[in-house]
This record gives sequence, C-alpha cells and structure tokens, in this order.
Amino acid sequence: MSPVETSIPAGYTKVFGRPNSLSDAPTTYCPGCHHGVATRLVAEVIDELGIQERTVGIAPVGCAVFLYRFYRCDFVQAAHGRACAVATGLKRANPELIVFSYQGDGDLAAIGTAETVHAANRGENITVVFINNQIYGMTGGEMAPTTLAGQHTTTTPRGRDVATTGYPLKISEMLAQLDGPTYITRQSLHDAPHVAKARKALLTGFQNQVEGKGFSLVELVASCPTNFKMSPQKANKWLVEQALPAFPLGDLKVRD
Amino acid sequence: MEQGVIFAGFGGQGILLAGKVLARAGMEHGLEVSWLPSYGPEMRGGTANCTVVLSDELIGAPIVDAPWALVAMNAPSLDRFEPQLAEGGLAVINTSLVHRSVQRTDLTAVPIPVTQLAHNLEMPRAGNMVALGALLRGLDSVPLQSAVQAMAHEMEERGRESLVDANRKALEAGYEEAGKVIVGS
Amino acid sequence: MSRTLMRGNEAIAEAGIRAGCRCYFCYPITPQGELVEYMARELPLREGVFLQAESEVSAINMVYGAAAAGVRTMTSSSSPGISLKMEGISYMAGARLPAVIVNIMRGGPGLGNIAPAQGDYFQATKGGGHGDYRLIVLAPSTVPEAAELIMLAFDLSDRYRVPAMILADGMLGQMMEPVELPAPVDPQSIPARPWALTGAKGRDPNVVLSFDLDPQGLKEMNRELQQTYREIQGTEVRWECVDTEDAEIVLVAYGTMGRIGKTVVRLAREEGIRAGLVRPISLWPFPYEPIRKISAQVPTVLTLELSAGQMWEDVRLAVEQRAQTPFFGELGGVVPTPRQILSEVKRYVSS
Repeated sequence: MSPVETSIPAGYTKVFGRPNSLSDAPTTYCPGCHHGVATRLVAEVIDELGIQERTVGIAPVGCAVFLYRFYRCDFVQAAHGRACAVATGLKRANPELIVFSYQGDGDLAAIGTAETVHAANRGENITVVFINNQIYGMTGGEMAPTTLAGQHTTTTPRGRDVATTGYPLKISEMLAQLDGPTYITRQSLHDAPHVAKARKALLTGFQNQVEGKGFSLVELVASCPTNFKMSPQKANKWLVEQALPAFPLGDLKVRD
Repeated sequence: MEQGVIFAGFGGQGILLAGKVLARAGMEHGLEVSWLPSYGPEMRGGTANCTVVLSDELIGAPIVDAPWALVAMNAPSLDRFEPQLAEGGLAVINTSLVHRSVQRTDLTAVPIPVTQLAHNLEMPRAGNMVALGALLRGLDSVPLQSAVQAMAHEMEERGRESLVDANRKALEAGYEEAGKVIVGS
Repeated sequence: MSRTLMRGNEAIAEAGIRAGCRCYFCYPITPQGELVEYMARELPLREGVFLQAESEVSAINMVYGAAAAGVRTMTSSSSPGISLKMEGISYMAGARLPAVIVNIMRGGPGLGNIAPAQGDYFQATKGGGHGDYRLIVLAPSTVPEAAELIMLAFDLSDRYRVPAMILADGMLGQMMEPVELPAPVDPQSIPARPWALTGAKGRDPNVVLSFDLDPQGLKEMNRELQQTYREIQGTEVRWECVDTEDAEIVLVAYGTMGRIGKTVVRLAREEGIRAGLVRPISLWPFPYEPIRKISAQVPTVLTLELSAGQMWEDVRLAVEQRAQTPFFGELGGVVPTPRQILSEVKRYVSS
C-alpha cells in the first residue's frame, strides 16, 4: 500500500500524525474508552516493523468488530471467540503473513477459551492482543469472565457473587503455565507511562512473530467508562484501585 | 454372476484381512468387488465380520440377503449366518473351534481344522489364509493364484514381505485340505 | 487403467489431496477415522498442512482462516461433529469462502451410534446453521464416485464461492471398492482469488466479512447470495436415472440407499416388475425437474432413505401429487437389504 501523503505547510514541523497503517475512518469507540489507544498502538507497531503489506488482522465480535475499517491492511472478521482458530488457519496456509487477532475478554476468555488455550499451547506463530476491560461492552454491560468480585454489571445487578458465578478469570496466568507460548504479558492503558510500556510490549509481541518465535499474547487492562457508568477519569481511577490488584501487571512468560 | 461371501469370527482372527485379500484378488482378476466390514466401537475382541461381493457387473448393494458362501471361524458365526446362506451355498467351517456340522442339508459344508492347520505350519495367525484357501477351492470366480498374488501385494504394502511365503503356504494348505472334503473338486 | 482397492474414507482423502487441498483441519470421530488418519499420513508429505484441532468448532474456523488466505482447504467429520461445525459453515457462507466439508453420517440424534444413516439431509440441504444460505451438497453412492465428487466439490465451491458438502454415510466411508483415482489438479488451473488475504501489497486492503450491520447493505449481500444460488440451481443439478423409461414404479434414493436401490430395481425386473430409480447426486440443488417429469408418467414414486423421511419432502415437492408418493425408511443405523425393500415395492405394484 502507498503511504499516506500529508502536506505540511511551510514553517510547520510535523510532530504528530496518523500511523500509515491506520485509516482515516473515525473509530466507533465511546469517549474515554481505551480501545482507541490500543488500536492506534498496534498500528504504530505495524508501521515501525514495516510489516503493513504482510499483515492480516482478525476482527472479533464485540466493540472492536469494525476494526477492519480502522486499519489499512488485510482483515478478516471471525465468529465470536474463534479468532485464534482463524489465525491458525491463515498462518498455516500462508506462513509469510503476519497474523494478529484483537479480542475482548468475552471473546477471548469466555466463548473462545478453548481456541485461545490451544493456539497458545501449539505455539502458533501469531500475535494476540487481548483487551481486558472486565465487562461486555457492545451487548450492554453484562458480566465478563474478568468481571471483578462484587462488580455490578447488567447481569450481576447485585454485584458478582463468586459463589455462583466464579472468580475473575486470569487467562494470562493460565497461559503462562503452558510450555507452548513464547511471550505472555499484561500491561495497562490508564496513563502515559503505562501506554508507553504497552506499546513496547506490543512491539515485542509482533517482533516475536516476525522472527518466527511463536505465540505472543499482550493483555491490556482497560476500562469501559460507558458501561461502568463513570467519567473516563473515574474509570481510570477505578482501574488502578480495583482492577490492577486483581490483574497485576508485568511479563508472565518470556521465552527466547 | 454376483456372489456374496461372508467372513465371520472373533476380532483378532484376521477376518477383515481375509476378506480384503479375496476382494483384492477379485479386483486384480478383473472383477467388480466390494468389501464391507461390520464395525463397532471396540478396537479388539468381540465379533467381526465382513461381506465381500464379487461380480462381473457394477455392484449395487454391498450387503446381501443371501450370501453364496460363509467362512465361519467360530461357533457363533455359524449359528448366525447359516440360516442366511443362499440355497446350495458353501460353508467353510473352522472345526478347531466349531464343534457342530451344518444343519441345513442343501449346503456344501467344508469342515477344516483351520486353527490346527495354522499351528502345524507354525503360523498360528495365518488361520485366516487357511480358511480363505479352503473357500477358494469351492469358489470358481477367483483362482487361488490371484489370491496368493493379492496377499503378497497386501503384505508388501504393509512392509511385511517376510510373511508372504508363510501365508502362501497357508492359502495352499487350506485349498488342498478343502479338496479332500469337497466332492468333485 | 490402474485400480486400487480403497476404503471410501481413504479415497475421499486421496482425492481431496489430488484436488489441490493444501490445508486439512479435523477432529477425530467415527466412522470417518480413516480419513483423518490418511490425511495425517499423506498431506505433510505432499506440501500440505494437516492439523488436528481441539474441537470441531476450531477445525471449521481453521478452514475459515485458510480459505480466507486463498488456499483449497477441507475438513471432515460425522454427524455430531458436523453439528458443531454449523456456526463456522454459516460464517463461511456469509463470507463467501470456498471450502469442502465432508459428512460421513452416522445414526442420530444426539450421540446416536456409529452405524450408517441419512438423518442429516435437512441439516445439509436446508441450512443447518443460521441465516439464509445454501451449501452445494453432493451425495456419492460408491467409492469411485466419492473420489470424483470431491474433485467436483472443490471446483464448484471455487467457481461460486459457496462452501460445498459431501454427504455420505458410514457404509460408504468404511467399505472398500476398486477406484481409478483422478489425476491431480494442475494448480495453475485453479481460479485466481483476487479477494484473498495475501497482504495488501500493491493494492488496497482486502476484507473478508460475513456481516453488514446496515440492513440495506445486508439485504444487498443476501440478494447477491440468492442470485448465486439461483445460478447454481440452473446449472449444477445432477442425478442418475436407471430404467425409468418404461417404469411402473420409480424409486428415489441417494447415497448408500441409491446403490441398494439399483439392486432392488434389478431384482424387481427379474420378477417382471418394471421398476426404475432416480438417484439424486446433487442434493442441493435438488433434481426437482427430472422427478417432476417422471412423476407425470408413473403412478408411484417411492422414496427410500436411511431416515424417517427427509428427502421425501423434496420428492413430494417435485411430484406435487401427480403420483402417489409412499416412503420406506430405516432408522437408527439399520440398513435394509434389497429383498426387504423389494417386498415394499410389491405393495405398490398392482399386478
């Protein structure tokens, strides 16, 4: 694909721009949602590695269902939860492709648990971007597998009762126990330093694939102000105070 | 001409292979053939049977109402399939394990101590080939030589060339033994 | 002419490889285990990918991915496994991804058993998954025909961008017959796939989607699908007639029952009953027209199935009361013998 031409008026210096891998379509994310940040970071990483013309993205079911509109690379939409299986098919059919899936917590850690665990266990040479915002966004704020104990959602109106609905699922910790994966990390998107770390983690996740190192999963703890019924600032505060203690940040598995 | 043959016995007696060698021999002899196994969930043990159809025309049903011949390697097989045999059909019976003769008077019985003969050849697992050899004595559509060849091809494909000679002897032993009991052959 | 004695399952696998299948994804299930095992043994030796998935659901989604990448791909299973694949099949139909799905049917419903049955006709031909879609459904009745129809299924699926299903049963999967294997397809002859996801190099991005949230947009997508289906109905109907010209009773049966039906026709004619047979080869598109024509000339059109009467509904739609349309079926994996069916035929022949 040709790079996007931007003309800079005389006397101006370009200090910020849209990554070439990102399209000019406005995102469909709510104000204050971290998806927009994650979507952009992935585009930056694709640009930095120069892999735009080899990349195939997999759009999930959920808030990122329109992901294919936001990128300037080949895209396929997968059934709910099946992205890792679709990624496996794409990558096995054409190992030259750089294949990434971008999935929410319901997609990856509930309906797609089996696909995720087995792709990781096979060490598929793919990159998985996992957005953990502890709630179902698109369908209307229902309980996610990652919903915190006591958290109110539209299907846990009295708060998540772990006695009847189980505990927040720590999928990255689970995957890190396997021999198959190469890189499992959890990062957060609540402030600039953490966004910078998240970007670095995504870069590693894609670089691993370019180098043929195997399965990488970058979990990004995010917030959903709309369904939390909070302002973005409050949602960020909640993320730090409530979500991060349940989902501690850092690399869970790194294999060279 | 369309002939149905049923091979039946215990799992592990080489029933399916005997049927396959007959089907392959028929095919290599230029006939149309089909081979249909009974199949169950268990990998070993239990009963096993297969139906082979030999024909000079394209085969419709691979199952037959009245098989022309039966190879009964054990007693339950004879009990089950004897009533189904076509009138004037052929029944090869392994007398090492079946201690009764056929009840129907219209059948040609070929009582052969299959298991015993295989032991005598020091090939205890070649009873299926002894029985097939005996069957071929009464079956005019496929010559013994075609079965020997088909068996050899089968063994070669399975990487068991070393067993060709012994299995050939087993086929010939069955064929010879049957000659002693089938009148006019 | 060189003939090989092969099981149906093995012949389907070998023909799939010769048809250019580069990626095969599966989950083991009886009675199609030999197909899986053959692919595991052979495909990696012939520049192909074999992968045993964690579930049928994953297997069909791997097929979805490989098809999106632009290669010939297939999966196989048996009834309960095909039910699991239905989600992915509906998505492939919506996304216009070509692939071949083999169903070696067994007894149902539920876990059923592993004996031959034809209870998945509705699921295959009327849309077992959600939405307004069709599969091209081909039903072989012999092992050589299974090999032939696999090749055809890949061609048709590519030509129309509609997934194709081979609908056979445990008897065909397990039995052996001589096969003259088709020559391998020249990869150059496989139609180009400009829509495939190969990386947006020197072109705009390709996107493979099975959805459009705008009702007008989805309507248009569906309209195009329906147009393709009408084209297939116009050109891809396949069937075989046996002794129908002078028949006083015509049997309609497919697959295993189709071949048993041939023997029934022969036995009936030996007894002076002028029986004939129509054997649908494409179950979708269904041969309504040939059956309609025949029904204007015979008093009885008897449908035979290893089910409680599923194709029977299509036969009656074709006959439209021009003839009587009795049904004979077996259930639970029981296969009737030719003479059992013959006695049924005699009930409807006046002489």
